[in-house]
Amino acid sequence: MLSTTEQELEKKFQERIDKGESIEAKDWMPERYRKQLIRMMGQHAHSEVVGMLPEGNWITRAPSLRRKCVLLAKVQDEAGHGLYIYSGTETLGISREQMLDELLAGKAKYSSIFNYPTLSWADIGAIGWLVDGAAIVNQTVLAKGSYGPYARAMVRICKEENFHHKQGYEILATLMKGTPEQRAMAQDSINRWWWPALMMFGPSDKDSPNSAELLRWKVKRYSNDELRQRFIDRTVPQAENIGLTLPDPDLKWNEERQHYEFGTINWNEFYEVINGNGICNKDRLKARRKAHEEGAWVREAANAYARKKSGETIAA
Amino acid sequence: MTNQEAIFEYCLRIGDTSLILGQRLAEWCGHGPILEEDIALTNISLDLIGQTRGFYDYACQVENKGRTEDDLAFLRNDRDYRNLLMAEQPNGDFGQTIFRQFLISSYYTLFFTALSKSNDETLAALAQKSLKEVNYHLRHSTEWMLRLGNGTEESARRMRTAVEELWMFTEDFFDMNDVDRILLQAGIGIDNSALRADWLHFAQDKMKEAGLLIPEKSFAIRGSREGKHTEHLGHILAEMQSLHRAHPGATW
Ligand SMILES: [Fe+2]
Ligand SMILES: [Fe+2]
Repeated sequence: MLSTTEQELEKKFQERIDKGESIEAKDWMPERYRKQLIRMMGQHAHSEVVGMLPEGNWITRAPSLRRKCVLLAKVQDEAGHGLYIYSGTETLGISREQMLDELLAGKAKYSSIFNYPTLSWADIGAIGWLVDGAAIVNQTVLAKGSYGPYARAMVRICKEENFHHKQGYEILATLMKGTPEQRAMAQDSINRWWWPALMMFGPSDKDSPNSAELLRWKVKRYSNDELRQRFIDRTVPQAENIGLTLPDPDLKWNEERQHYEFGTINWNEFYEVINGNGICNKDRLKARRKAHEEGAWVREAANAYARKKSGETIAA
Repeated sequence: MTNQEAIFEYCLRIGDTSLILGQRLAEWCGHGPILEEDIALTNISLDLIGQTRGFYDYACQVENKGRTEDDLAFLRNDRDYRNLLMAEQPNGDFGQTIFRQFLISSYYTLFFTALSKSNDETLAALAQKSLKEVNYHLRHSTEWMLRLGNGTEESARRMRTAVEELWMFTEDFFDMNDVDRILLQAGIGIDNSALRADWLHFAQDKMKEAGLLIPEKSFAIRGSREGKHTEHLGHILAEMQSLHRAHPGATW
């Protein structure tokens, strides 16, 4: 039971949200709101960082110097996004170390899409076009969310995501104009990434336990299904433009609804991957743990050196 | 050998070194000890490969046979690569990566400073642009060398190992052959071996601050000028060139 004062505070809080005010770190907020944001922002930051792995897989093999540079710049951006969102989450009273510990212990989630493998160069295109494309749809809305630090982070990040989306699409467009092998590589990639990309928006809202509360608090602004539809509507014509076939026989334009209809998503696969049974779940966590463990002596040395230095200043 | 041919070779050395080192640093992507270093190492890698593109571009121009930057990067074999042996050495632990960077960046700071006075305008401009970036790489690696050398017992021990692993490849920086002599004569290239004393002085000072000593006895391994490499380069190229070579003539 909430005490009367808390009830009043919650009421005022909801009024502020309803008026479209932005909530700042020092403002009073319900404990649930804080927890939900820590969960969402933490997941988001982890996704940026784990997402570096499948793309990093192709940097050393990028087929031209220009592509290598673009990919390096992109992956560097993603690390920056991770850093930026971790700092934003820290305003809610949790440290980056704590969040990382949760990730490495397998307790915190990250976007399931990164548990799929990058098997060809075309997958770098598919990730940029579909995964960053889906991220843009999500983040454009998150940029209007109620928690100020998160919303502002999204505004900044979205600009870079647009460049990521463009470079991915450009990779695929170039492949589709290339040799038969290149076209086959691109098509194969889209066959593998299309459905997982649609799953990025999460299960249908009636099966999504947090949705109602998040919508009321304007942490979320639209339902998962609405955002998924928005993504599909803008992506299908792009695929047609460069001659890619999306692997869904039920995909068709509905003139009356002014939306594309699409087939049934395999949610069973989604839950399996979320629960650790995707192709790369184990490898991704293993890679992050290894980096963390092998980096321990570096972090310790940096701390020890900083302590010595501050000791010197105090002594001086 | 004509001046043009010498300039071509000169550009390859610089471009190959930054490409191979950039490729090595890219291996860290997603595996750094802290996120800030993922960003820093990727950033340095990006700078270096950008430098490569500048020097390759000029190499292609002076060669004038219609080759492109990608032909140079992806269609040459290890014996035709002219990168410093240091650049191809494995990343090892973070300390070794930092020390390798310190050695190369400190050398290149001097090298590009001298080359920026070349009477070949393109080389001078490329050197000036690269120098700005290399200054940052040197600052970054020096700061880390000090931290690690003076951090904990373990980090100091690891840094000493890095010195033992890498010092022997430093003499390779300063070798000169006909290419150097022709370009020095023409006021295009620099007196490379003359950089050695200044470099040694600088490196020794900074290493001392980090509690590190130059090995007393060290056999110098050299050969990059003639494309005689360590075993590592073959593997780097096998990985780097695999996709490009699997699709001859394709556009990416
Ligand atoms: Fe991102
Ligand atoms: Fe992105």
